[in-house]
Amino acid sequence: MNTQLNLAVVFLALMQCIAAVEFTFDLADNAEDCFYEEIKKNSSAYFEFQVSAGGQLDVDVTLKDPQGQVIYKLEKATFDSHQFVAESTGVYTACFGNQFSAFSHKIVYVDFQVGEEPALPGVDEHATVLTQMETSSQAIHKGLNDILDAQTHHRLREAQGRKRAEDLNQRVMVWSSLETAAVILIGLVQIMVLRNFFTDRKPSQAHYGRL
Amino acid sequence: MRDQFISLTLLLCALHSACGLYFHISETERKCFIEEVPDETTVIVNYKVELYDPRSNGFMPSSPGIGMHVEVRDSDDKIVLSRVYSSQGRISFTSHTPGEHVICMYSNSTAWFSGAQLRVHLDIQVGEHAIDYANVAQKEKLTELQLRIRQLLDQVEQITKEQNYQRYREERFRHTSESTNSRVLWWSLAQTVVLVCMGFWQMRHLKSFFEAKKLV
Repeated sequence: MNTQLNLAVVFLALMQCIAAVEFTFDLADNAEDCFYEEIKKNSSAYFEFQVSAGGQLDVDVTLKDPQGQVIYKLEKATFDSHQFVAESTGVYTACFGNQFSAFSHKIVYVDFQVGEEPALPGVDEHATVLTQMETSSQAIHKGLNDILDAQTHHRLREAQGRKRAEDLNQRVMVWSSLETAAVILIGLVQIMVLRNFFTDRKPSQAHYGRL
Repeated sequence: MRDQFISLTLLLCALHSACGLYFHISETERKCFIEEVPDETTVIVNYKVELYDPRSNGFMPSSPGIGMHVEVRDSDDKIVLSRVYSSQGRISFTSHTPGEHVICMYSNSTAWFSGAQLRVHLDIQVGEHAIDYANVAQKEKLTELQLRIRQLLDQVEQITKEQNYQRYREERFRHTSESTNSRVLWWSLAQTVVLVCMGFWQMRHLKSFFEAKKLV
């Protein structure tokens, strides 16, 4: 009987259809990638994105509701978040556009959360009042979640900085090699040209000498 | 009774994976996702593929013919996992090195040209989100409070892992910066030496050349 009850609870938890997805994907140059999510009416959704590498770290972002109307739009943005409440049930679309950039592909982090965070599965919806222990454990849980979010944020920032630093490192290397080669080449060419100058005059000089 | 339960579970699982984020790819397309995770962290990927059906102008809920090739590479570009799964699957792996793990999916379709459209439902859970507490509670017979504390412990553990990873990344960043610094330093020194040598050699060469030509 007990297992049946537990299973029922699990089903309930699954049925609520709560989606929280965070992922990072590679947006090719000149491309547009769309993601879809079905959201029920009156449930709140939280949408966040951040470009962590590529070009000027910018991307076009559009959020559309089931009727195809744009509810949120940003052009050439690096980072933003948007919270909204679904006005109708249906498929919401989030599109990332990189059409303006012909060469650089972008790495984009997306966090899309729909609905409230589910209660602990296996713990049924409470009819009774929470004890003090439970309330504080819930508070701690919220706090830790915030810490995890902050860490993710820092991680992305760090990734931005690191990619730039690695680029710089590479560029310093390539440019200094090129410059050294250029200096040596110019030095040699200068001598050759000068020599040619004076060697060319030689026949005329010989001519004058004879006169 | 038990069979009923199992079938119900399966049905609800299917329902569950049907909600959530989805996107479209063509049959020959390859889609990759990057997850940056600390070491010893579990990542669970749930997916479900539906094939576009031109007759009903919709997506077939189950497409038995379609298989998905899933490939996971770690930060050293080593293959962690590479297998063909059916149209619906649950992949779980644990990272052994910290860093960016790339999860790539493509269908095993043999179409030469980009054929039909595929709709892929995807759900990625990392770290303590990947833990199924309902299961834990059942297995270990925990009370509600114990389960909550257990969740807190898992979270703290995840934070510790993340912090260790942060330290590792900071080290790597510093290494890159120091490398850039020393490169700038050494190259500018080398450049100066090259310039001075070049100038010296040019003067000497020209002098001897002019003397040989009796121009000076």
